Amino acid sequence: MDLTVIWAFIIAFAVFAYVVMDGFDLGIGILFPTFKVGAERDQAMNSIAPVWDGNETWLVLGGGGLFAAFPLAYAIILPATYPLIIAMLLGLVFRGVAFEFRWRDPRHRAFWDFAFTGGSLVAAMAQGMVLGALLQGVEVSGRTYAGSWFDWLTPYTLLTGIGTVAGYALLGATWLVWKLEGDAQSHAYRLAFRSAIATLVLLACVSLYTPFLDAAYFDRWFAMPSFLFASQVPLLTAIIAYFLFRGLRRKHEASPFWLSLGLFLLGMAGLGVSMWPYVVPDQITIWDAAAPERSQIFMLVGVGITLPLILAYTAWAYWVFRGKVGQDGYH
Amino acid sequence: MFDNFDALLLARIQFAFTVSFHFIFPAFSIGLASYLAVLEGLWLKTGKQLYLDLFRYWLKIFAVAFAMGVVSGIVMSYQFGTNWSVFSDKAGPVIGPLMAYEVLTAFFLEAGFLGVMLFGMSRVGKKLHFAATCMVALGTFVSAFWILSVNSWMQTPTGFEMGANGQFLPGKSWWDIIFNPSFPYRLVHTVIAAYLTTAFVVGGVGAWHLLKEASNSHARKMFSMAMWMAALVAPIQIFAGDMHGLNTLEHQPQKVMAMEGHYQSHPDGAPLILFGIPDSAEKRVKYAVEIPKASSLILKHDLNAPLAGLDTIPDDQEPPVGIVFWSFRIMVGIGFAMLGIGAWSLLARLRRKLYDWSWLHRAALVMAPSGFVAVIAGWITTEVGRQPYVIYNLLRTEDAASPLAAPAVGASLLAFVLVYFAVFSVGTWYIMKLMSSAPHPAEPGVKRTETGPIRTAGITPGPTQNPGGTQPVPGNEGEV
Repeated sequence: MDLTVIWAFIIAFAVFAYVVMDGFDLGIGILFPTFKVGAERDQAMNSIAPVWDGNETWLVLGGGGLFAAFPLAYAIILPATYPLIIAMLLGLVFRGVAFEFRWRDPRHRAFWDFAFTGGSLVAAMAQGMVLGALLQGVEVSGRTYAGSWFDWLTPYTLLTGIGTVAGYALLGATWLVWKLEGDAQSHAYRLAFRSAIATLVLLACVSLYTPFLDAAYFDRWFAMPSFLFASQVPLLTAIIAYFLFRGLRRKHEASPFWLSLGLFLLGMAGLGVSMWPYVVPDQITIWDAAAPERSQIFMLVGVGITLPLILAYTAWAYWVFRGKVGQDGYH
Repeated sequence: MFDNFDALLLARIQFAFTVSFHFIFPAFSIGLASYLAVLEGLWLKTGKQLYLDLFRYWLKIFAVAFAMGVVSGIVMSYQFGTNWSVFSDKAGPVIGPLMAYEVLTAFFLEAGFLGVMLFGMSRVGKKLHFAATCMVALGTFVSAFWILSVNSWMQTPTGFEMGANGQFLPGKSWWDIIFNPSFPYRLVHTVIAAYLTTAFVVGGVGAWHLLKEASNSHARKMFSMAMWMAALVAPIQIFAGDMHGLNTLEHQPQKVMAMEGHYQSHPDGAPLILFGIPDSAEKRVKYAVEIPKASSLILKHDLNAPLAGLDTIPDDQEPPVGIVFWSFRIMVGIGFAMLGIGAWSLLARLRRKLYDWSWLHRAALVMAPSGFVAVIAGWITTEVGRQPYVIYNLLRTEDAASPLAAPAVGASLLAFVLVYFAVFSVGTWYIMKLMSSAPHPAEPGVKRTETGPIRTAGITPGPTQNPGGTQPVPGNEGEV
């Protein structure tokens, strides 16, 4: 296995870590207005207040890592999805400051709660659309993006955007099932059930749409022998979906969250099947875009030393704030 | 609506705007994180409630400032790709890894321990909590280390090779890239600037409350600590700035020529132009007030040393003089004003009047935001002063931008301006509201409940009357 492949997996890991960890933060933001003003909303927000910042840092690692390990891909994808990236960043501004601002200004708390939801929704939608824009293909000439600045807006990207919003809502709802009690938890169960249905329907739509975007995708999914591997992805998805609904019906507290993570992992695997070995589909392979070996080795040393430590103290921070949120916040 | 604008100019304005706004928050939080670590350390060492009160007081402010720093910082990590994609492609193999190290060694450290620092005192105990505070402070410093290394490499690039595809590639030694010639100077000068900025904010808040209530022991303590910083660190900063300037003269002489307003060469001793109006069309400084030969004395330590001027530089390689000339003077002026406050405070301390001289307090109050102005002015000096290059002498700014149409860049710029002014003005207002309430005994921590100070669990005592003040405050010990 060469270094470029290792780096592709590291970036994929960072993106996956971001999607699931900030995914449940953003999902809580999206579902926030359905919780009662007062204790329910406070608890929903308190359940992520100590960890959201760390979760969001994976986005910086995903973006910064892409810049460092695959600079050409970074230099093409970001201009190609320019308005989406800007919208995502501004959404994250509103979402991030709302965590602090809503406590500082009770008179305008309703506004900051709205900003929390609006920012989360815009960021989630934009992220899903970036993925769709990448999959439907971008125009490249030489080493730069050659399309116009609205190429990303198509029915397909709208579908991937809405699918991401639903998926994040599922993560958020199942996280809240785990962290809340009483009426608020019952509400979270209902939300989880509905967002699970929405997620699965939209995931199916995207999965059926994608192979027909491009003959190369179709081949990767349906030609032998890759079909034997690729066909496991929808099969496992169906199995996980079954256990997810069963867990929700039987009022399991933790398993719905982990099973939802499993759904995202399979989505990631499906993405891998479609894209591999391209980073910009059918234009730029990971080897075309890769940084030179010296950069890869230098960073790999850093990742090898720091990533286990990061995972350890991140786990510790989650452990410190384990259990139900309770009425009194974290004090 | 932006069709008639120049996309390159809009992209430059956007970067300048977003990075200037962003840097305000780290300039404050680098210093404040260290100050919080010192306060908590003193509390653990002495057991004095006063230090815990001050810790909690500033922690609430830190939480708001840090959140704004995070959200505006994420924007920066994507600006390279969105607006400067050609630069990203070319320089990515060299500076990308340094920025990845920043994420791995600094951002995760800050973010991972911030939650415990803000909300975890009662869950992890005092010592582990102190460790978390130290990790956050360390993270802010490590972050400055890497990003300043990146910036310095762009100013004084070393240790690279040119690839056949036009990319800058790392040479044999990463040490040569990280510790490029201007980096040590820039790191020291910038980090001290952050400490001074915070010290003057803390001093200004202390002074404000001393003016209202001279006997407030909490205000006295923070004012005294801040004035020690001013007295000790401002002179060090002026010395560090001078060293940094000499380094710039060696590696980026055009920048120093613009800072000094030296359009012409001076073969036998260059004057120090104190003030004047640079006129680049006529290539001279109008209405100049100058000290003969003083510039040669400062830069070469010799009254008669020759100094080259911008007449030795082709016009298309010159930085804009007016902006650099003025921003440099603003920075230096504020530096000396800080030195003056520090000296004044020493005199007051010597006479045992530190808490009594209200004119000193008024001056400190006026100087409270001065650090931010100086820091931004300093960055303008160094960034505009390296134009027209983004990688010095190797890649021109005009060749580094993304292939975007002006309307795309203009619309996003407009969005950033509207959102930043709205969101960060409100955040600054909240910070000032926190600062305007006096620090008092049994200062409450970062609050996250609707129900006020009474805890539903019933373990903690109900509200107690604050003996020194009029407000009811919670008496729970572990809360931070």
